[in-house]
Amino acid sequence: MFPPITLEILVLCLGFILLLAESFSNSPNKRTIPKIAIFCLGWVFACSFFTSGNPSTIEAGSLWNFYSGDETALLFKRIAILTTIGVLIISMDYESVVAKFIPSSRQGAGIGEFYILPIFTCAGLMLMASAVDLIMAFAALELVTISFYVLVAYMRGNTSTLEAGVKYLILGALSTGFFVYGITWMFGLTGETHLAKIAVKLAHLQDSDIPILFALTLVLIGLGFKVASVPFQSWVPDVYEGAPTPVTAYLSIASKAAGMLLLLRVVEPFLGVPTIAPKVLTVLALMAGATMIFGNLAALPQNNFKRLLAYSSIGHAGYLLTAVASVEGTHTAFGSVGATVGFYLFAYLLMTLLGFFSLTLVSTQSPGDDLQHFNGLSKRSPFVAFCLLVSMASLAGIPLTAGFYGKFLVFSQAINAKQWTLIGIGMITVAAGFYFYFRVVAAMYWQEPTDTTPIHVSPLSRFAMVALVVSIFFFGINPAPILSSLRSPATALAK
Amino acid sequence: MLTTLLLVPIVSAVALLLGKGNRSLTKFSALLQAAITLLVCLGYDTAKSGYQFVYELQPFVPSLDLKYSVGVDGLSVVMLLLTALVTTAAIWLSPTIEKRANLYDACVLLISAGATGAFLAKDLFFFYAFHELALIPTFLLIGLWGTGERQAAAWKITIYLGFGSIVLLVGLTDLFLSLPADLRSFDLEKLAAAAARHAIPASAQLRPWLLLTAGFGILISLFPFHSWAAPAYSSAPTPAAMLHAGVLKKFGLYGIIRLVVPFLPDALKQPVVGDWSAHDLLLLALLGNILYVGLVTIAQRKLDFVIGFSSVMHMGYIFLGIASMNITGLSGACLLMFAHGLSVAALFGITGIIREREGSLSFDRLGGAMKSMPYLGICFAMAAFASIGLPGFANFASETMVFFGCFQSGGTGFIRTATILALWGVVISAVYMLRAYRTVFLGEVPPARTGSSAWADLHGPAKLTLAALLGTLLLAGCFPKTLIAYIKPTLEAALR
Repeated sequence: MFPPITLEILVLCLGFILLLAESFSNSPNKRTIPKIAIFCLGWVFACSFFTSGNPSTIEAGSLWNFYSGDETALLFKRIAILTTIGVLIISMDYESVVAKFIPSSRQGAGIGEFYILPIFTCAGLMLMASAVDLIMAFAALELVTISFYVLVAYMRGNTSTLEAGVKYLILGALSTGFFVYGITWMFGLTGETHLAKIAVKLAHLQDSDIPILFALTLVLIGLGFKVASVPFQSWVPDVYEGAPTPVTAYLSIASKAAGMLLLLRVVEPFLGVPTIAPKVLTVLALMAGATMIFGNLAALPQNNFKRLLAYSSIGHAGYLLTAVASVEGTHTAFGSVGATVGFYLFAYLLMTLLGFFSLTLVSTQSPGDDLQHFNGLSKRSPFVAFCLLVSMASLAGIPLTAGFYGKFLVFSQAINAKQWTLIGIGMITVAAGFYFYFRVVAAMYWQEPTDTTPIHVSPLSRFAMVALVVSIFFFGINPAPILSSLRSPATALAK
Repeated sequence: MLTTLLLVPIVSAVALLLGKGNRSLTKFSALLQAAITLLVCLGYDTAKSGYQFVYELQPFVPSLDLKYSVGVDGLSVVMLLLTALVTTAAIWLSPTIEKRANLYDACVLLISAGATGAFLAKDLFFFYAFHELALIPTFLLIGLWGTGERQAAAWKITIYLGFGSIVLLVGLTDLFLSLPADLRSFDLEKLAAAAARHAIPASAQLRPWLLLTAGFGILISLFPFHSWAAPAYSSAPTPAAMLHAGVLKKFGLYGIIRLVVPFLPDALKQPVVGDWSAHDLLLLALLGNILYVGLVTIAQRKLDFVIGFSSVMHMGYIFLGIASMNITGLSGACLLMFAHGLSVAALFGITGIIREREGSLSFDRLGGAMKSMPYLGICFAMAAFASIGLPGFANFASETMVFFGCFQSGGTGFIRTATILALWGVVISAVYMLRAYRTVFLGEVPPARTGSSAWADLHGPAKLTLAALLGTLLLAGCFPKTLIAYIKPTLEAALR
């Protein structure tokens, strides 16, 4: 038993050691780096089950009062670690493409960092999941964002990657600005940066609530950018399309997960105040509705698979926000909003990662990553086609997959809170989702392949994909392991 | 035993997908499924009501009582029998496939597994989930091996059914959350007990009723939501059409009888739009099915569309039986589900055979088929008579019960008018069925097709399959009490 912070320290140390080792090594073959990283992250993941509970304390002078090691945070740390492992495996399949677009004098130069930067991102995400103090949250957010600035623009010989990098840099910096400004306002109004203390101060707020709502709006803008919610979603399709595929996977899963948890934590103190709560929930409901509509409807005409996944990721942010906006009256058998969001994100991790695995395999062994390159995939490689079928079915929310259970939790949450408008929108967007997810299936199974070369799948990728398929079915039938680990702290999370 | 029944098609489908096995495995699997179902039928003790052959695992989510749990009561036994019969017929009547035969057979088996699972699930979650299992195989079957506008039809059915099931999901969740917290459970048996105690107050029944009727209604092709059915059935390969029209559509009706009838009886009396109560709206919708779709059927010029629309039309009678809300009408509705499933499967099977031999189902290119295929012609005539509701077939017995039930329900208002109007539907179906028979099988062979007029009649197994379907219909028509004995206890409990 050791304190949860050990996990972040281990991950950071791993990153530094690998960085040093890489710079002193002359070997052109960088494949050892991700293998070591995956192995070590696996150990850290295992360690995460043996941490001692360390609920955050708010006594003055307590060193760790900005850090919470509760069960929800732990689950999100595990999501971050698993995503990183998956991303590293995808990166190994993707290495040839990266190498092509990095101008270098000798073989293998510049590849090593592509494997090492995600480890730092992972540490940032893990810290973000535990942040209960706004300053801490900001620092963690920056660690994540800055490493992403580099990763998104990594293939600097490719113009669309550069475009994505610039877009992400400018909009990311802007949203960070909003976030910091919001924190400043909150500090100015309450004199605190710790969320629990802010909650106490808010309960005794005497003056008009407009300034504090302004502060919250600024923070929501910053976080809205992270979770890709409307109206802060405009960067998503271009960045997702231009960024290297593993980085896209990382952005769409881990960045969203950590942003979502932070959003929950920031919003929580405001929901405890009867005068403010309805306004906050209205804003969240508006964002949720708009995000569901935009993400799902704009995905309909997409012909590029990465853009399709980008819009789908916006759509899923909408479902997640629906759960958050349905916070009222959450003490039901279905568990609370924290459990819903946690499970949904875990399911989203499984199915999206599987989708990106298949995408990387197809796009590196085909001329591109448009939907037409998936034509006849069921003949080229029945295995990859089946994996992608499972992933799409789960994203569309077909029962017996983890994605269905996530949607079920979201809808039951919304029904319980009587958010009938959001439910109506959700029903339509889910039906729209059937169309664009099944377009991929139609391409794979209905069409004839233009190129019949079989797709080579490395043993490690094959193992990871099988594991993902099995877990999608397992958690789709038996969601209890995730839900039960979330139940206790999540009820505390949603007041 | 029930788990074996579920595993047989799934295991065979997985084996086929992995490239092991061939058509014989599929046929064997279907026969095995039928054999096990027969054992279940014979082993089911009609003297005792309630679930039998129950097998449960520990709950996955204890707070929801969500668990893998199977069991059958009288109603599910009848539906399982229907599933097994239609599955066997669908596989034996299926034409030979050259293109990716294993995937084809696996899809057919998975549809059957989905239906089987939905009918034997004793847990609400699996009841819902297994039905959806059929969605992807249907999409692949129609898109890959369909005919005509197959891709448009595949999209239409998938999006319609996907939307229907999400409405259904919201409705089911709403129903679940309307229950008092201490009665909430995913176990259908416990839910039935809760329903018997009238757990949901009358004032809270309307919203879940509307959601569930719309959700199930889309799956059943209730009147305003019916437009997906006929194009999908006409494009679908024969076994998919047989299974979908014969079996999967009955899932929605099964769900209504299981959940809506016992839980939400008071919703029917509540006004929805102006003075129109929910009951009136339901009657209006089913009249749409019977009269409007009936007239649409008469106007069709292709055999597969005639049968597709006629299957939509007959859903109206089943809804009429449900709308009567008494034991006679509901028994009639359940019996009609069984009878309609068999007759429409036989009709689609025959249609598939004609399409395979002629390449078209357009009326102006068909005629005189009786000369070369007398056996097929007689089978078609019998299936058509059954579908019209001629005495002797189960359809007649059940439709009579439905009409009696409706008059018996004592409604003075709209239901009596609606029943009298619905009776005219029998005339309508006689018009289009007899006309279809005359055009396809009697008369002269059209000159455009004289070259290929020498069709061979059916081979042995196909003959036997059709005879089995029609024989069961006749048996059930002459001795409807045998099936009613299975169904009655469930319905009595539901109406309590």
